[in-house]
Amino acid sequence: MAQVEKRVSNLPATFEWEYAPAPEARDIVQIREQYGLFIGGEEVEPRTKEWFPSISPATEEPLFEVALAGEEDVALAVDTARNAFENGWSELAPSERAKYLFRVARLIQERSRELAVAESLDGGKPIRESRDVDIPLAAAHFFYYAGWADKLEYAFPNRTPRPLGVAAQIIPWNFPLLMLSWKIAPALACGNTVVLKPAETTPLTAMIFADICRQAELPPGVVNLVTGDGTTGAHLVRNDGIDKLAFTGSTEVGKLIMRELAGRNVKLTLELGGKAANVVFDDAALDQAVEGIVNGIYFNQGHVCCAGSRLLVQESIYEPLLEKLKRRLSTLRVGDPLDKNTDVGAINSKAQLEKIRELVASGEEEGAEIYQPKCDLPERGYWFVPTLFTNVAQSYRIAQEEIFGPVLSVLTFRTPDEAVEKANNTPYGLSAGVWTEKGSRILWMAQRLRAGVVWANTYNRFDPTSPFGGYRESGFGREGGRHGLEPYLRFDE
Amino acid sequence: MTRLSVKKTYKLYIGGAFPRSESGRTFDAAGQNVARASRKDARDAVRAARAALPGWAAMTAYNRGQVLYRLAEMMEARAADLEAACSGRSEVEAAIDRTVWYAGWADKLAQVLGSSNPVAGPYFDFTIPEPTGVVAILAPSDPPLLGLVSRTLPALVGGNTVVVVAGESAAIAAVELAEALATSDFPGGSVNVLTGFADELAPWLAGHMDVNAVDVTGVEGPTVELERAAAENVKRVIRADADSQSPWEISRFLELKTVWHPIGP
Amino acid sequence: MAKAPVLVGGFELPSGPRLPRVGSVDAVALEERAATLAKRSIKRESKVQALELAIRMMDLTTLEGQDTPGKVAAICSKAMRPDPVDVSVPPVAAVCVYPSLVGIAKERLAGSGVKVASVATAFPSGQSPIDIKVAETRAVVEFGADEVDMVIDRGAFLSGRYARVFDEIVRVKDACGEAHLKVILETGELGTYDNVRRASLIAIAAGADFIKTSTGKISPAATLPVTLCMMEVVRDVHAETGHIVGIKPAGGIRASKQAIQYLVTLYETLGAEWMTPDLFRFGASSLLNDVLMQLRKEKTGRYQSGDYFTID
Repeated sequence: MAQVEKRVSNLPATFEWEYAPAPEARDIVQIREQYGLFIGGEEVEPRTKEWFPSISPATEEPLFEVALAGEEDVALAVDTARNAFENGWSELAPSERAKYLFRVARLIQERSRELAVAESLDGGKPIRESRDVDIPLAAAHFFYYAGWADKLEYAFPNRTPRPLGVAAQIIPWNFPLLMLSWKIAPALACGNTVVLKPAETTPLTAMIFADICRQAELPPGVVNLVTGDGTTGAHLVRNDGIDKLAFTGSTEVGKLIMRELAGRNVKLTLELGGKAANVVFDDAALDQAVEGIVNGIYFNQGHVCCAGSRLLVQESIYEPLLEKLKRRLSTLRVGDPLDKNTDVGAINSKAQLEKIRELVASGEEEGAEIYQPKCDLPERGYWFVPTLFTNVAQSYRIAQEEIFGPVLSVLTFRTPDEAVEKANNTPYGLSAGVWTEKGSRILWMAQRLRAGVVWANTYNRFDPTSPFGGYRESGFGREGGRHGLEPYLRFDE
Repeated sequence: MTRLSVKKTYKLYIGGAFPRSESGRTFDAAGQNVARASRKDARDAVRAARAALPGWAAMTAYNRGQVLYRLAEMMEARAADLEAACSGRSEVEAAIDRTVWYAGWADKLAQVLGSSNPVAGPYFDFTIPEPTGVVAILAPSDPPLLGLVSRTLPALVGGNTVVVVAGESAAIAAVELAEALATSDFPGGSVNVLTGFADELAPWLAGHMDVNAVDVTGVEGPTVELERAAAENVKRVIRADADSQSPWEISRFLELKTVWHPIGP
Repeated sequence: MAKAPVLVGGFELPSGPRLPRVGSVDAVALEERAATLAKRSIKRESKVQALELAIRMMDLTTLEGQDTPGKVAAICSKAMRPDPVDVSVPPVAAVCVYPSLVGIAKERLAGSGVKVASVATAFPSGQSPIDIKVAETRAVVEFGADEVDMVIDRGAFLSGRYARVFDEIVRVKDACGEAHLKVILETGELGTYDNVRRASLIAIAAGADFIKTSTGKISPAATLPVTLCMMEVVRDVHAETGHIVGIKPAGGIRASKQAIQYLVTLYETLGAEWMTPDLFRFGASSLLNDVLMQLRKEKTGRYQSGDYFTID
């Protein structure tokens, strides 16, 4: 730069400016004291007579009680689903099935504000995300698969697609309604009936979804919801009436399920953990790459299986990129999930918060350098400051294990080959990111990265038309797109 | 005392508005005076369709699907009026269900009609469908409503904009459908509906240099003159069944674009 | 010929650890970021503060062929006292007029603290010989302009003659003397954010005090993403060199809500230090009345009607 000159302002240099606490009104959601199971189109009390509380992670207050489904409850749900499958749903004209799903899609759109607030309240994610991402995508999934219901012959030319029967589905707490949609929409579109277990900590939107099923006049028993904890999930997996199991969750549980289903001829899809590399080359559009890195790891508090938790930066751009990233971190607003200005909300549960703390402590012990922006956290609730680790070696736990929190590990590389080698050096393979202005390099990297989804110059994009799923220990099977139909069909050939 | 009803004026649908024919003419259709479009109305309709093309074609497939679905909702709400304008209840139901069916195709077309091509070399090569442009449709009269829907929606769902000329005996159905279109979320000009005498309008549309495809399904008798006129700007000439339903009907109104890109570090 | 800009094209590479880098901009992500920032929600006190700041940052502009001394006199009155009913409303930063009307504006605004800005260099097209542009700049400074808003030669820029663009700015800057120089990039004609970034760097390297989006004569004029793109350049230059440059979005900003979105974007991109009329301006004509209406709405709690605000 030719002339370096600093002009002094004649006004106060700092402008004190507060954003509004702009809380979304929560009275749009009528939360009941207790929610039973949704079986056969009705709310039923659990035979276990057991209930457990759902806690607001932002305040640690119990919001409501929900039924704990036991073995008998699960069996009842599976039998009910079987009955609905055999007596009507599987023979229904596909175009009529489609219209039910279109109705559900519309109802999600119509009740979007209520669902968004419920999602943030129960799960702790910022309202900005539940409002702009989770709920619109959930509706879009039903809309997309509604269209497939009567077009399956075009998805599988020269094959005769048939529904499997009863699909058992177990979903995680990070995107409660969205994961429900990813599971239920294709299952119903293909003519199956469903028994779904929402996550222990986030059942609220599923309970509202039960009401949406009633509003859509979906035949009783086509969708059944059994709430509970891990034991409920285990009962569902062990039930011998199921024809299909779809699980999204940890790799550890995924392996247990796989062992349990061995020899049982139950069609299985698993969407498990990840430790994705987000690779930034020196010719990338840096400011936008910073946005992508932030979105990749701090979106949804990092509770994202495909989160870009390992940042691989080309050494020639390391310093300016890190400066920009740290600066950007300082503008992230952590706090009340219902505040429209919040970027990072509450950690979903106490257990998860403890796990994050433990792994972050291990990073510091192993010698990584921690950076956390100054950040006022609310006194109550489960919170974790967006965190960045530099000086991370490939061997550290924070570079190997899935943290599932707002914690980024930064590593460097010198050449594209080295980037590929480091990115692939993990048992996982769910997703990866590439940042470069060079199109041929994007494709070259995409060819070599062992991951089910590769984002180029963007991150954490989801769309109902786009298949999603993992390589290796990140699971198998695809959700979304034309490929997302196959896991819910058998073929008479 | 009985109340005197207010009668409807049957007008054209051009650019999102309902004008009378610039010619001031009407013709008798089932006892109603219906606007009889002139070649200048056809010209205006093509102009409106051309202006609407960039917006409609650039809309996400998801949104286009939503717009078509919204049309189905509006048709269901107007089922009684539509029923009176065609062969009856079952034709209306079939027309609505077909609209929903095409709505579902919007975001699946590329997945069925497109491809990734494993060329022998370090290139990523893929083919995607794109709209051909402004489509003139000479719609069949029989079945009146289902014929209009079956020819118009495949062109629209692929991202084309449309000027549809209804057959004489489908004129009332066309106006009812136009009113459903106008209350759905179709952008003004993306679909334009003309009533009148197809024989009079067809040569102008087939010869129009700013029309990219002409569907002659509704033309009774020889189409040789229209096909010759279409040759002037290599229009796609499409002839189909009056009552068909298939993704291949959509693909008739599409171009295919293949993209090559090198792969390298 | 002035020295070629080191930040452009890579000539005169220094041997330091960091190569000078024009860098690039990803349009999709940039627009997404701008859209996110536009959704921020501001609390009432902050809103009033922001609206008053927006007035203090405003270059109240009239650039019409039909401008007369009477018209300029009217907007000068408005500039000094935007709301005759509410004396707490501050004056605007500057009045921006064509060269032939600088004198009358200077006279009307004397002693008020409101600055006089004038467009020069064959505004809005810039399609004149450089000597004429320099002469015009000297003239407006002589007439008393405190600030000069020049246009870059887009023809030269788009045909890749960056050195010529750079030279012109250097010469106009020289002709400005003490007057502050705002360089209008006319982003609506540059076609890509990459070009906006490149043009911003050229202007800054050549000595611009401010970089400004638009003449207001071309659509699109200022947009939030294009302004964000320019802010990111200013941020990069500051981080690399310590050099401080101001930004002026102009044209197309008509509503208070938009003005607040720009201020939020400024705040989150460049920080509180840039939240001053010395470093950020709005070029606008109809924005002022909307801001006045919003201010009164915040103070009275009633939605306002245009009937109660003067049209000048």
